[in-house]
Amino acid sequence: MNDTYDLRIGESHIEVHKFRGGTIAAAMIVALFLQTSVPVYFPKFAVLDLPLLLTIYFGLSRRNPSTGLLLGMTIGLLQDSLSGPTVPLGLYGIAKTIVGYLASSIGARLDTEHPIARFALTIVFFGLHQGVIVVTRRLLLAQPEVWFTMRMGIGAAVNAVVGVLLFMLLDRLRKN
Amino acid sequence: MVAIPSRHKSLVLLTGVILLQVLLLAVQIKRDSQGRLIRVWTVGAVTPFERAGATGIGSIRGIWNHYFALQNTSRENERLRHENDTLKLQLNQLQSKAAEADRLAALLNFRQAHQNVPMLGARVIGTSADTASQTIYIDRGERDGIRRNMGVITPDGVVGKVIESYRDTSQVLLLTDKDSGVGALLVDSRIQSPVGGAGEPLLTMKYVPNDDNVNLGDRVVTSGMDRIFPRDLPVGTVSQIKAGNPFKQIRIRPAANLERLEEVIVLLSLQPLELKKDAGTPAAEAVGKSAPGQGKTEKP
Repeated sequence: MNDTYDLRIGESHIEVHKFRGGTIAAAMIVALFLQTSVPVYFPKFAVLDLPLLLTIYFGLSRRNPSTGLLLGMTIGLLQDSLSGPTVPLGLYGIAKTIVGYLASSIGARLDTEHPIARFALTIVFFGLHQGVIVVTRRLLLAQPEVWFTMRMGIGAAVNAVVGVLLFMLLDRLRKN
Repeated sequence: MVAIPSRHKSLVLLTGVILLQVLLLAVQIKRDSQGRLIRVWTVGAVTPFERAGATGIGSIRGIWNHYFALQNTSRENERLRHENDTLKLQLNQLQSKAAEADRLAALLNFRQAHQNVPMLGARVIGTSADTASQTIYIDRGERDGIRRNMGVITPDGVVGKVIESYRDTSQVLLLTDKDSGVGALLVDSRIQSPVGGAGEPLLTMKYVPNDDNVNLGDRVVTSGMDRIFPRDLPVGTVSQIKAGNPFKQIRIRPAANLERLEEVIVLLSLQPLELKKDAGTPAAEAVGKSAPGQGKTEKP
């Protein structure tokens, strides 16, 4: 009981952000569209994981673990659906469910508005996301997968930088 | 009913959702994973945006190239590029009559020998949403006669095969994907071996014994053994060779520029393409087998 009480006190100090109707759905569609379209013209764009950045952002902003994990699951499954045959439905779904849950859980306890905090959290969540995918591939799909490549390291840094800028842009869509 | 404390509800939900997705994965592992309804729905929902985006981006690029940046040079460049493609096909047609297993001649020969093989031009409108798989979406689907397992090429060489066909869109598995493969042979030595993707820009050629002689720059063409692609279509050139146990480790640079695909040709036939039997010499056989340049080809 004390834990619950303390948590509520903690939550009262951290603002929960809401968005205009349809903002999250529209952002998801735009992110998936960009993720699948832009690399046709600029192949290096594929290093970005926009669905992951959205999962992190909305998780941190909404600060509701249930909402965060459901959002992560939805965008992850949509990403799976638009991927190739080496990506079964659920691979990105599981990874983004966990990221969504943890992002919203952390968002409910810490102030994550500062760009440096966002940068660090994006790197951590990017690493966690890759880790879950590797574990899922190795354990459930019996597919050989390396734990770390230089491309992943670069991907984490690039996503973190873009994430900070993107989050500032998305802040403008908040209601409050 | 067992009451769940509210602070644990999200944790229970997380566990449930992950278990559901694990089950989803398990179902897919057991069964053929193609043709899931959610894939059909999602592709159906997103590809109109991709199509509109491709058109929009194309229009914006067109306006920019034609009216703002290098007005005349850009237009001239585009015209020359189209003209170059046409000349390349014509050049292939001439070369195919003179030499066996010539890379570009194979494509031309194929089309001469199979004039009734319909082909369809298509525009690339999207790529895979992840970095693990190498697939593209094209703007032609079932309504245009495209079906699963149809071969996809460019004038430069093999691209991949159709793995899913929707109403107006198809998904193509590129040669560079880990799950991809094509029956191939080395032009000079006629050694046959499948070539597959490794999830990287270079392909791998497997099962070539260490005793066989392979040189850097050797050309690799389709063998026709996969019954998807006709013989003698360019696959790539040997770019790395290492001794292995018991087979050489050979890396192939794809003939088609798979990282910059904008237009492709789909071979609208699921029938194995039979070769002409009146050829005597290997060269004549190659000429008989394949010839490009004819058949129903639409530009997207």
